[in-house]
Amino acid sequence: MLTGRHLIQPDDLTVSEIEEICSLAEQIIVDPKSFQDVCRGKILATLFFEPSTRTRLSFEAAMLRLGGSVEGFSDADNTSSVKGETLADTIRVVSSYADVIAMRNPKEGAALLASKYSACPIINAGDGGHFHPTQTLTDLVTIRQLLGGLENHTVGFCGDLKFGRTVHSLAEALRHFKGNRFIFISPKELTVPDYLITNILEPAGVKYDIVESLDEVIDQLDILYMTRVQKERFFNEQDYIRLKDSYILDSERMKNARKNMIVLHPLPRVNEITPEVDDDPRAAYFKQVKYGMYARMALIAKLTGAID
Amino acid sequence: MLNVNTIKNGLVIDHIRAGSGWEIYQWLGLDKAPFTSCLIQNVASEKSGKKDIIKIDNIINIDYSVLGFIDPSICVNVIENEKIVRKINMELPSRVQGVFKCKNPRCITQTEHYVKPTFILTDKSKGVYRCEYCDTLYLAGSERR
Repeated sequence: MLTGRHLIQPDDLTVSEIEEICSLAEQIIVDPKSFQDVCRGKILATLFFEPSTRTRLSFEAAMLRLGGSVEGFSDADNTSSVKGETLADTIRVVSSYADVIAMRNPKEGAALLASKYSACPIINAGDGGHFHPTQTLTDLVTIRQLLGGLENHTVGFCGDLKFGRTVHSLAEALRHFKGNRFIFISPKELTVPDYLITNILEPAGVKYDIVESLDEVIDQLDILYMTRVQKERFFNEQDYIRLKDSYILDSERMKNARKNMIVLHPLPRVNEITPEVDDDPRAAYFKQVKYGMYARMALIAKLTGAID
Repeated sequence: MLNVNTIKNGLVIDHIRAGSGWEIYQWLGLDKAPFTSCLIQNVASEKSGKKDIIKIDNIINIDYSVLGFIDPSICVNVIENEKIVRKINMELPSRVQGVFKCKNPRCITQTEHYVKPTFILTDKSKGVYRCEYCDTLYLAGSERR
């Protein structure tokens, strides 16, 4: 039963609950009209303490397509938090108005804290470099739609794996499905954090490799998950400049990839995938955007109790 | 050889990792306490080469779960009538709250100061804790607070 629950991290959902949400998303994809009024009378609050046009619009589009309404802010500068209001108080107030809250905050653990003070479900729309579980649902719906299932895939994660929260969340979710293998491709400075390896992947017995070269492994991959090296995650501009162009996917590299491999990216892209790759049928990152909206529709419908 | 008077009724906190004694002494508030206590540093130890010892001429209440997190190798001897009547070995607590701050500058506890930083035991055999909020890992007995 998902009604009234929070979604802070991928582990908040069991495997069967993930499948339940993915299945509902797939039903909505097939017949969106049947779901266009299921959230009528309900309000989604989008609290975005750091800029993110894409994720916020995806949440808002999802609620509007379910027949609900939206309120919120997209910039913390225009809120009481600049006057010194605590996050706890902001959440107490907003959860008095809304039926569900989608929140993005640059601080790690902010969504967990919010869930302790909220009277309605909190959806973590990204807490710093930590978790981004609805991107994970997006990725899972995309993989199911394009590859037919979530098992037995070799997944290459490439780019900023240290601060790339989408990578952490997707790896956590996919470890529950049998036969998946992960290859982490990044410079040493941006490799996956220790906790992901020691606390999450190793106890689950997941096979993984950590490499520095994309060319070395691209021919083994069913899924290539590209990420952006984000300037805002660095303390030091010199480090950012040195590492930002480390891994770029272009047509030349794609020649060595499998014919049925799919390329995913949480977007926005900067220069890590060259525009020529967009025309390659294996480039799935724009389809992924649309599946993301359907995944969020399914999630909102479940958490608000609009659909059991 | 340094001689310290025998305690009649009190506690001896033994096997403190050398160098950590002053921190524990302060945490217990002994630097401001009205009764007699002493901190002995760099005592020769067969087990660890060097250790610190704290002697307290009073029975005081100690949160042993926190002491276990600060230094799991510690043994507390309870002294009555100048004799050891009980030895208390430390255990790693399942949660530690409000003892130290998370060092991750991106953690929500750095800016929301009403939140008590909380650390959860995730690997008992290695003494690994994680911040409840940001998942930063800590090793019991080795982190600066």
